[in-house]
Amino acid sequence: MATATRPMSSADTVLQLNVLSRKQRSLWRDAWHRLSRNKMAMLGLGIIVTMSLIAVFADRIAPYDPTSYFTDNGKRAPTLFEPVWGNPQYVDPRYLLGTDGIGRDILSRLVYSLRISMIVGFVPVSIIFVLGVTVGMLAGYIGGWVDDLLMRLTDVIYAFPDLLFLILLMATLRGTGVGDLLGGLLLLFVGIAVVNWVGMARLMRGQVLSLKEKEFVEAARSIGAKPGRIMFRHIFPNALAPLIVAVAFGVPGAILAEATLGYLGIGIKPPTATLGVMINDGFAVFSATPWPLLLPSFMVAIVLLSFTFLGDGLRDALDPRMKI
Amino acid sequence: MGKYVIRRVLLLIPTMLVVALITFTLAHLAPGSPFDRTEGKTSTATIERLERLYGFDKPLPEQFAIFLGNAVRLDFGDSVTRQRPVAEILGQGLGTTAQLGVQAVILALIIALPLGVISALRQNTWVDYGSLFLATIGTTIPNFVIGIFLIYFFAVTLKVLPIVGWGDLKHMILPTIVLSLGSAAFLTRITRSSMLEAIRQDYVRTARSKGLRERSVVVGHVMKNAMIPVATIIGPVTAALITGSFIVENLFSIPGIGREFVRSINQRDYPVIMGTTLLYAFAIAVANLVVDLVYGLVDPRIKVAT
Repeated sequence: MATATRPMSSADTVLQLNVLSRKQRSLWRDAWHRLSRNKMAMLGLGIIVTMSLIAVFADRIAPYDPTSYFTDNGKRAPTLFEPVWGNPQYVDPRYLLGTDGIGRDILSRLVYSLRISMIVGFVPVSIIFVLGVTVGMLAGYIGGWVDDLLMRLTDVIYAFPDLLFLILLMATLRGTGVGDLLGGLLLLFVGIAVVNWVGMARLMRGQVLSLKEKEFVEAARSIGAKPGRIMFRHIFPNALAPLIVAVAFGVPGAILAEATLGYLGIGIKPPTATLGVMINDGFAVFSATPWPLLLPSFMVAIVLLSFTFLGDGLRDALDPRMKI
Repeated sequence: MGKYVIRRVLLLIPTMLVVALITFTLAHLAPGSPFDRTEGKTSTATIERLERLYGFDKPLPEQFAIFLGNAVRLDFGDSVTRQRPVAEILGQGLGTTAQLGVQAVILALIIALPLGVISALRQNTWVDYGSLFLATIGTTIPNFVIGIFLIYFFAVTLKVLPIVGWGDLKHMILPTIVLSLGSAAFLTRITRSSMLEAIRQDYVRTARSKGLRERSVVVGHVMKNAMIPVATIIGPVTAALITGSFIVENLFSIPGIGREFVRSINQRDYPVIMGTTLLYAFAIAVANLVVDLVYGLVDPRIKVAT
């Protein structure tokens, strides 16, 4: 946040004098340098990278199949926690985090949940990014009916809380053919994209409106650059920083949406292992054993916190002027 | 200003119309009628008679017109699973939901205002970092996850509070805390940043230089101006309380509108779903309106475009 001022040593003085001969650093390298000094952001990034690897190699890491039943006579407590909380009677060393209400391996389900969470996090946000940037660019640069339509759409979307619209969409269309595709995943993508693309478009539009009056755009125009080239070679790279921050917060938003819908029982369809489905399943046996509910809840908290720390760090690194 | 107020109020109408249209369309795209849940047990004739009774056999535009006309008079039809008017069901839950909401807002204010003010006055100290960290956790971790852990800790492990239910004070502690956390965290951040903004203003330096005590500078000059942006949170906080209400009421089995909404979703009780959605959207639209109007009133520097 605050710019660090430190006493100048002789080495610093030499550096200061060599400033002209120093290798040029791009804006992005500068931002990365600032980000890499932010401990919380790097912790978040580390966890996200680890989780992404787990998600990619889920089938090699998970000890068992996530939807198969193992302990037919009920759930097992997590072996890992046995010394502290476990009831030895119910512990089975083959299942590190125990089994859930109907005898599925919790560790395997968590590993596969991460795969779904990462897909749910990144796929809709990619759609939102492409759609929002395109529409926002056209609305800001050309204006006209695209701009009018975008502004009217915003009014409506803002009146509908995101979650309310998603709930309505999932509740009504879940039973249709569309809702069944990919076990409800497709409908979830569409819902998240519909709710959020307008925000991204608005952000892009604002950026374009201020950037298109800048001298470098005028310069490009004056040497005869075509609108397409101005939009994508000159305006887009300069508008990227806040868009990246928006994406960094969009990903956990989507993961949270899946978990919340799952908790309400209208998310992705069981028996697919997702964090939301696991939480919903966990409630059914909560009075008997808390682990099937506590473990996925804890995972949701970790995933969301990691993304928030990284997002906060990115915002500080990319645009030091932005606060809160 | 008068013209602006009227225009802003009239803008509610198209917004609500579109919300009603979306709700209506989605509810009718949904497969099956609520009556075939009993699969096979109800005869076709009975289903047809029921659909006539509820008006489901009329053409869709006509149904929409009837729905709109009734909705304006707060008549959302009858619940198809409870055989009672939707308005009655909503009216019954409204008191509980509102009570929970008001308690949560009060708690959020009690937590957030002092925390935000102190962390701004002690910027970059451990108090500041601590409250920012808490605020990050409060805005990031979903309230049902926090609720689950609080239930596990206080109700299951320590057994000092009841797990679910509604009635006496003990039942209200956990739901109120869980519902208020998101708003409290958000409010803390806003208070802190608008306090920091106000502290750097010239009039604060003037107040100090003319020898006012620090106390009156902070209370009379900094806080008075810092509270203006805080007014904008009425909108997001209303939205947070509404979406929070169905999650928290569902988690703690509280007989409010939120739990009714979740029940109606799981039972495909479309009249209740539509009525509740309209009510929620209306509440949020009104909250946004209030924000715009209050903002213009408390801060004369803001020129209202007429």
